Amino acid sequence: MSRRVVVTGMGWITPLGRDIETTWGRILAGESGVAKTTIFDAGTFPTQFSAEVKDFALKDFLNPPEYDVHKTVSRQAGFALAAAKLAWTDSNLEGAADLDKTRVGVYLGGGEGPMDFDNFTAAAVEGWNYEDNDLDATRWADVASTQLQMTTEAEQDPNMAAGHIAQLFGVEGPNFNTLTACAASTQAIGEATNMIRRGDADAMISGGCHSMIHPFGVTGFNRLTALSTRNDTCLTASRPFDRTRDGFVLGEGAGMLILEELEHARARGAKILAEIVGYGSTADAFRITDIHEDGRGGIAAMRMAIEDAGLSPQDIHYISAHGTGTQENDKIETLAIRGVFGENAKNVPVSSVKSMMGHLIAAAGACELITCILAIRDNQLPPTMNYEHPDPVCDLDYVPNERRETNVQTCLSNSFGFGGQNDTLVVTAFSS
Amino acid sequence: MKKKRVVITGLGVVTPLGVGINETFDALVEKKCGIRRIQAFDPSRFASQIGGEVTDCNVKNCVPKGYRKATKVMARDIELAVIAAYHAVKDAGLKTKCLVDRGEVDGGLDVDSTRFGANIGAGLICADLTELAGALATAAEKPDTPENRGFSLNKWGREGMENLTPLWLLKFLPNMLACHVTIVHDCQAPSNTITCGEASSHLAIGEALRTIERGAADICICGGAESKMNPMGLMRQALLDRLATDYNDKPAEACRPFDSKRTGMVIGEGGGLIILEELERAKARGAKIYGEIVGFGASVNSSHWMKPQSNGRGLTLAMNKALDDAGVSASEIGLVSASGVGTKVHDASEAAAIKQVLGDRTVTVPVMATKGSLGNNGAGSGAIDIAALTMAMHRGVIPPSLNTEMVDPDCGIHVVTGDPIDSRADVAISVASALSGGQTAALVIRRYQA
Repeated sequence: MSRRVVVTGMGWITPLGRDIETTWGRILAGESGVAKTTIFDAGTFPTQFSAEVKDFALKDFLNPPEYDVHKTVSRQAGFALAAAKLAWTDSNLEGAADLDKTRVGVYLGGGEGPMDFDNFTAAAVEGWNYEDNDLDATRWADVASTQLQMTTEAEQDPNMAAGHIAQLFGVEGPNFNTLTACAASTQAIGEATNMIRRGDADAMISGGCHSMIHPFGVTGFNRLTALSTRNDTCLTASRPFDRTRDGFVLGEGAGMLILEELEHARARGAKILAEIVGYGSTADAFRITDIHEDGRGGIAAMRMAIEDAGLSPQDIHYISAHGTGTQENDKIETLAIRGVFGENAKNVPVSSVKSMMGHLIAAAGACELITCILAIRDNQLPPTMNYEHPDPVCDLDYVPNERRETNVQTCLSNSFGFGGQNDTLVVTAFSS
Repeated sequence: MKKKRVVITGLGVVTPLGVGINETFDALVEKKCGIRRIQAFDPSRFASQIGGEVTDCNVKNCVPKGYRKATKVMARDIELAVIAAYHAVKDAGLKTKCLVDRGEVDGGLDVDSTRFGANIGAGLICADLTELAGALATAAEKPDTPENRGFSLNKWGREGMENLTPLWLLKFLPNMLACHVTIVHDCQAPSNTITCGEASSHLAIGEALRTIERGAADICICGGAESKMNPMGLMRQALLDRLATDYNDKPAEACRPFDSKRTGMVIGEGGGLIILEELERAKARGAKIYGEIVGFGASVNSSHWMKPQSNGRGLTLAMNKALDDAGVSASEIGLVSASGVGTKVHDASEAAAIKQVLGDRTVTVPVMATKGSLGNNGAGSGAIDIAALTMAMHRGVIPPSLNTEMVDPDCGIHVVTGDPIDSRADVAISVASALSGGQTAALVIRRYQA
């Protein structure tokens, strides 16, 4: 009998709230976390809005000695620590008798920290030789070495959040960070699940964290023309599957789960929130800029996850879509869902919470898996907000504009990353 | 269900000593050094002005003709991965899409793309500073006042950013190493990108091992690549105060793994990708089998994310887990591949872990280290070490660790110094630790026996 993996704790830091219940309540109410960007002055950028985490202070989540140790973290690692602390507390794993922390690991899909923008740009312009139109590396080095800070630079590494979490809880199991763009935290949870199944660990702190709401992040996505530019109506700019969608809205935050081997959880009388039953991961191997036009990789990932769960497509009650709100993603994801579910596709509700909390990039998958688990808990489906204009190429049931009460036992959650990374998880209500 | 066995059937590296595993391994045995004064940019204002630079390689020769245009959006790290991948599949004798498209092999593909995965370690890729600074310079407030030009965010948003190519972001996403490799060679099975500093390659290879063991793929291309050979990469290491700074006039002596006179690390660049294959598949196609990966273990330094543990506890845990996984006892280890970056504290911590695991046999079990010749490139270092270790077992010769003249009593392990030695180790272990972040990993490799 293979080892089963259950969820025993969750933590959420999102543009809609800094805990599970606040965020979930606002999602069900269809609220938007999108507003004018305040983290930096985006007033002249093509996109001037985003879904920011408001009023975040790490010291609200850690006790003073802990905060003192970890206060140097970058923004996204701070989200990670806070969400992990909420999940860890929720699971009460620390209270387990004889907990073997060498068998508790961390697997994150953590993003890189924001660059030290002011100091970096100052050095760049001072170091530029306008006459030769080339970088003067000596001048740059002189300025950069006095402006850039060791700690700020070090904390940018994408594996730092996983390192901080290991230190915070003293957990010495396998410690990983994957960064497969927008698919990262779905991949992290899938791989962490397999580690527990195989016996490499008994519990894993798994999820993702990211913030790309900084000048270089917005620059990068604006240059790709991937972001919505509805500056005048930003509250409703994120409109997955709507015909007038014009790109995604950047969000930020973290979602963390405590994954635990079933018998381990039972032995300590843990509260079991759900069971992770399936994981699929594929590569499009097509183009770095475009998704495969037939949805080949997405179809394969969903099929692999459903098969891994020992289920068939008709067992899926709800799909949490990647649903970014770009023309291409939503069209091809719809096509891929049709490819897997066939004629029945129209009967499976699909929604995208990115319509409310934006796209959390590396953290998106973990945050969306949490919505699936809460949908199962409350038998409530989150809506796709801002859905006004049906698109002939997006013809599924997107749970438009209002939450829906219905029986939800099993959900599928998709994440598709730039470059053709496709990852899918299947989560189900726990039943012994 | 019987666990699937996973063997190494291909090695591809690109290092400061050459392109291809034979060239690099021969140079290691001949005690050559790839560390020189930095040529990629003017390093004269840095305290450390040396590095292991890859010269004489061209990514265009490693992709199909129709893909040459895409090389324009490859950061150096991506190029190194694509070059290493090409050499790995060639060495493995696989007929992948790339080799078929290039007309290098007869007949069609011999790989089922849906069963071909990729797990590639990557670093925090530095933006091409000249490209980015050139664009940023167009948003200076006062370009004509050299002392205080100022940067205008508003000008940047309005017009400056237009000077970056539309695909700029895609040059620097860490998963682009794997994406380009999977596109070029058509790998559609699970694909992952591990970003854990110097431990990235080991963790990626460990994940590839598990992917094949659990039946999600039959072949994986895995390892890592990174370049620290740019002003920002060097600056970050300089700020962290990890670099050897007293050897600018004798670069070949600068990096001294475990040596009593070691003073710090030297930056490098490179990539290593290896082909892991399910044993029955490898046998069926008559593949050359270098060795078998039999165990994997991972842990972390949980006492601090930036400082090594003096007792090497996190690495000891990873090694013991890997040995347990392999069903091998520490007394069977005949060879150790260490990271040996050359700093006082990291080498001492690593040696403490190796001693802890080997116990009384510490004085006799040979330890190999390559950084004296190659420098530290970060995410690609581990795969290059594993490729070198695999070759050492395969050829029965252990290259010496360059510049390790007198092993530091604080380290006290049996590093191979001086000249290469003959060896017939049946079981070896390779270790790595992330200098920042604290992740640790170990892989156990066994000589293949049918």
